[in-house]
Amino acid sequence: MSEAIVSVQNLSKQYLIGHQTDRFQAYGGAAYDEGNLRLAIRRGVQGFLRSSKRLLRGEQMIRGDSVEEFSALDDVSFDVKRGEVLGIIGRNGGGKSTLLKIISRITEPSGGRVIINGRVASLLEIGTGFHPELSGRENIFLNGAILGMSRAEIRKKFDEIVDFAQIERFIDTPVKRYSSGMYVRLAFAVAAHVEPDILIVDEVLAVGDTEFQNKCLGKMREVSGGGRTVLLVSHNMSAIRNLTSRCIVMSAGKLVYDGNPAEAIRKYAEVLDQRRVEEQSFGKGTHTAIKSAYLVDEDGSPVPTYTAGEPLRVDVVISTDGGASYSVDLILTTGDRQKLALGALQAFHGVTLPKEPGTYRAVLEIEPIWLASGDYSLDIATSIGNAAFDHYVEEALPFQVLSCNPGDQSWDFQQIHGLGSFAIRHRRPPVFKPA
Amino acid sequence: MAQRLVIELDRADTNYWLDVWRFRELFLVLAWRDLSVRYKDTVFGVLWALLRPFLAMLVFTVVFGKLAKLPSDGDVPYSLMVIVGMTVWSLFSASWTEAGSTLIKETNLITKVYFPRLIVPASLMVVNFVDFLISFAIIAILMIWYGFLPSWHIILLPFFLVLAFVANLGPGLWIAALSVKYRDFRYVLPFMVQLGMYVSPVGFTSNVIPDEWRWLYSLNPVVGIIDGFRWCILGGQGGLFGIGFCWSLVATGFFMWLGTRQFRKTEKRFADLL
Repeated sequence: MSEAIVSVQNLSKQYLIGHQTDRFQAYGGAAYDEGNLRLAIRRGVQGFLRSSKRLLRGEQMIRGDSVEEFSALDDVSFDVKRGEVLGIIGRNGGGKSTLLKIISRITEPSGGRVIINGRVASLLEIGTGFHPELSGRENIFLNGAILGMSRAEIRKKFDEIVDFAQIERFIDTPVKRYSSGMYVRLAFAVAAHVEPDILIVDEVLAVGDTEFQNKCLGKMREVSGGGRTVLLVSHNMSAIRNLTSRCIVMSAGKLVYDGNPAEAIRKYAEVLDQRRVEEQSFGKGTHTAIKSAYLVDEDGSPVPTYTAGEPLRVDVVISTDGGASYSVDLILTTGDRQKLALGALQAFHGVTLPKEPGTYRAVLEIEPIWLASGDYSLDIATSIGNAAFDHYVEEALPFQVLSCNPGDQSWDFQQIHGLGSFAIRHRRPPVFKPA
Repeated sequence: MAQRLVIELDRADTNYWLDVWRFRELFLVLAWRDLSVRYKDTVFGVLWALLRPFLAMLVFTVVFGKLAKLPSDGDVPYSLMVIVGMTVWSLFSASWTEAGSTLIKETNLITKVYFPRLIVPASLMVVNFVDFLISFAIIAILMIWYGFLPSWHIILLPFFLVLAFVANLGPGLWIAALSVKYRDFRYVLPFMVQLGMYVSPVGFTSNVIPDEWRWLYSLNPVVGIIDGFRWCILGGQGGLFGIGFCWSLVATGFFMWLGTRQFRKTEKRFADLL
């Protein structure tokens, strides 16, 4: 117990969020029609009175008619030992960021406490506080100070930082003229040379080219090897597997698993899967509604991950009023919402939803894609003649690719390599002849 | 390095001022950053700090001095009286207008890294204060132009400088804290500051206020500061060190207390509110 460098005890955090009550919601979009103008005015006046009342009482302003307490962290406890690299995984909104924000003192907990024995530095987002007008040199001092280094310390490490970032020639150029690669390298270089007892890292590994990433990984190992503690939040499962010695899984503000990384990753996949069964409610469009969507295997049973190079199978349930020809479209995106690909049922295959009103199920089977390992998501939409979307569900189906090996060498092609999101293979191995 | 830190609800209060001291380097660096980017990519550069009050003074001299024939303070040239008032007022108007957006501009920092948030508005005040000091050059130039010698009062200048800084900081903190919660201030402030210029004795001397109302008028902390600087630099008719100046000191103290309290109270929620 005495060697715990970070001790989190019964930590919780609540936020207040506003809702619009049903009474108003029922009139929703129509509130500004002639007949409802009175209602709209009344609503505006009531809103104004409410916020004035809050202003006078010095309370927080919350939009909406009713206020609800939302638990971002719920009674979380764990200890971290000196020199340990702790991974923290969980889906977005699971409470990871809130936890880190409390540990790095950005926000206060509502209950419980954290005891920290040592200096904390957080790399919540590298390059925080960089000023575009200032030169690289000036930004090193600025960023160093923000990360808690003294000027003497920065001066001592200055050459090392510049060297690590490989930007000697541009050290006196304003960083607004830097390429994004240089910018990121400089930012990480400063961050990597802070010497805290506890380093908090949130998703910084997803940057730079392969060479630089390996350098970063090396630096992280060096940091933890030097007896310092690292808290690593990542969506990148291979980083978690390779770097951490222990891993916790967060879901809906609770700690659901604490133990070895391999088991934690499995648990995380389970959590993702469970959510799909429990809380799928996508709302509806005007004429159609996407009811559910699962990733399934050959036999039609739900799976948490997609295996690169196999057909991607999506089980969808959609209801329709049969009014027109509705196409079903899949939009493949990366975990950080960059659109990668479109699959349009009507345009590509001439297939639409049945013209009879009703609820239908189908398994959409997509040709194999060599997706790099990492996070992805499918947006699912119904569209009318491919012209307008009727029901568009963003991130309807988030999923992971755990490994990608397009060849027969033992190599894992990862998103974080920065070389792309999927592999393109040759139809047959090329033959080089003398030209 | 046996730093032990306990994070709990309302715990941050205990070591607050110690933390402010610990983060003094960040404070300096932020102030230096704002200073060095302030006049980047401008042709006139730091000259703007002189030009702004000077141009405003010209307008005032023509409109109020020549056309409306407002009286000056004793035998002090009207322009000289206005430039002192205008320089001081520029400090307040610039700081208070910017105070409203200073924390919002630093959202990136505040939601990512811990430090006593007081540093952000405080470094803004420092930057504006440096501008203020630079603009003293224009006063000196005008004094030479008019061949006007300062009285012995000038040795008290440092005292008034400190007072100006404090009087500036108090309301600045208050505005900064409230603006995070209620963005309404962004719309109210420019208007208030504009009004403030006419309410404060910038284009006239506060001697024109009837004596029985002087105390009420002096509740505006800017009044005491402007009068103080005029007394200190230009001498003038004196007589200001009555009850009015004391009220200004009280108002300054009150705003400092109010600003710090409000700021400290809201500070821990900044990251959630921004």
